[in-house]
Amino acid sequence: MSFLNGDKRNFFNAVREMSRQPIELCYQCQKCASGCIATEYADYYPNEILRMVQFGQKDRVLNSSSIWICSSCETCGARCPNGINIAEVMDALKEIAIRENKVKEKNIHLFHSVFLNSARAHGRVHEGTMMAIYKFKSGDLMSDMDIGWEMFRKGKLPILPHRIKAKGQLRKIFDKTTAHS
Amino acid sequence: MKLSYFPGCSLGSTAKEYDYSARSVCQALGMELVELKDWVCCGATSAHSTNHLLSIALPSRNLALAQETGLDLAVPCSACYNRVKKADYNMRHNDEMRQKIEEIVEFKYRGQVNVYSLLEALITKIGVEAIAKNVKKPLKGLKVVCFYGCLLVRPPEVTCFDNSENPVALDNIVKALGAESIPWSYKTDCCGANLGLTSSNVVQGMVNRLLEAAKEAGAMALVTACPLCQSNLEMRRKERGTDLPAFYFTELIGLAMDLPDCRKWFNLHLINPKPLLQSLSLAD
Ligand code: SF4
Ligand code: SF4
Repeated sequence: MSFLNGDKRNFFNAVREMSRQPIELCYQCQKCASGCIATEYADYYPNEILRMVQFGQKDRVLNSSSIWICSSCETCGARCPNGINIAEVMDALKEIAIRENKVKEKNIHLFHSVFLNSARAHGRVHEGTMMAIYKFKSGDLMSDMDIGWEMFRKGKLPILPHRIKAKGQLRKIFDKTTAHS
Repeated sequence: MKLSYFPGCSLGSTAKEYDYSARSVCQALGMELVELKDWVCCGATSAHSTNHLLSIALPSRNLALAQETGLDLAVPCSACYNRVKKADYNMRHNDEMRQKIEEIVEFKYRGQVNVYSLLEALITKIGVEAIAKNVKKPLKGLKVVCFYGCLLVRPPEVTCFDNSENPVALDNIVKALGAESIPWSYKTDCCGANLGLTSSNVVQGMVNRLLEAAKEAGAMALVTACPLCQSNLEMRRKERGTDLPAFYFTELIGLAMDLPDCRKWFNLHLINPKPLLQSLSLAD
């Protein structure tokens, strides 16, 4: 793609490089959108997201809900006639939105952080405390209480986390991957 | 036959019945599962949504552990399977990434471990015929729809398993057990995955669409191979009665093989499957 505006060019190139996807090939056939189960809940169709990236419309695309509501089901990518894995593009856009502090769906991002903190602390995610911390931090305390209780009663939410032995190695993986990106 | 086994975090909590039934069934079919020592979380959606490199590095740690055992790897959770398989795909096809990951995870990738979903391992190593031969109590009268979801079959160039638009592996197992698998158009749709906690309205919408389609097809239950699908299907519905429970495929194999532990697994469901099984004289 060619751009007169340097910012637009940089944004396009950054998304293309991070996602490793041939975004310029999208010709708006909308095959992706027609099979996307998330569109009902999103603000843009997947092909619109790609168009905005092609046009370097950084703010609009980073501020969209769609990039967060996308469940990475990969239906679109499996069907795209141009071999664009759109879920990878959505992931790259989320990473850029986080870096630039432009996260539209704050709770979804909060969930990812809480989840990874749990993985980092114990090596494995302790679902009970992970859910409790998310609920506490998001302020959404009441929903799902009945389900949580039922799971606990059935012994599906163990109280203590399992801790792995190779903690040092795990820390290194988290530290090095954060430093690289 | 021996395989290493990476259960993943969900199988130790919300999907315990999958872990229990997978271990019992594999043992009964002569497939020894050796749990990877000190395995780590695959990072799931949270890693690939926020840090691409971490999303390859975490599952690669498990690949490194599997490599040390010298055995191929079986992964029951579709989400974990997808992450490990993607990491393996990257290590095989992307030299630059492989070098980075080898440095981060501190191992040398040898590309000798085959990564299988538990479903693929059972289909390819044991086979549908052998499963059928081990059936003691055919699941007569049970009509189900098979729900493969996303991560078992996509992206097709990575999973290389079954047909990504119309997979049949689960259907073949269900038929081998004597149950009826009803064709429907939603086999590989999405259940909403990990949006359950943050955007339960989205997942409820997706799940109810699936349940209505299953009912319309005439199904009594759904069959899955994924803890995310199973828990969303049972948890995120408008009313939780006893209609349309969601089984792990291993539970149905265990039931048909008349394994003694079945009752324990069924007690763990949020949708009690016993009334359905009793009505077909498949449980007491
Ligand atoms: S399916 Fe591919 S080419 Fe068609 S609109 Fe979507 S991304 Fe573009
Ligand atoms: S991967 Fe995302 S954009 Fe593509 S079909 Fe699934 S939900 Fe829609």
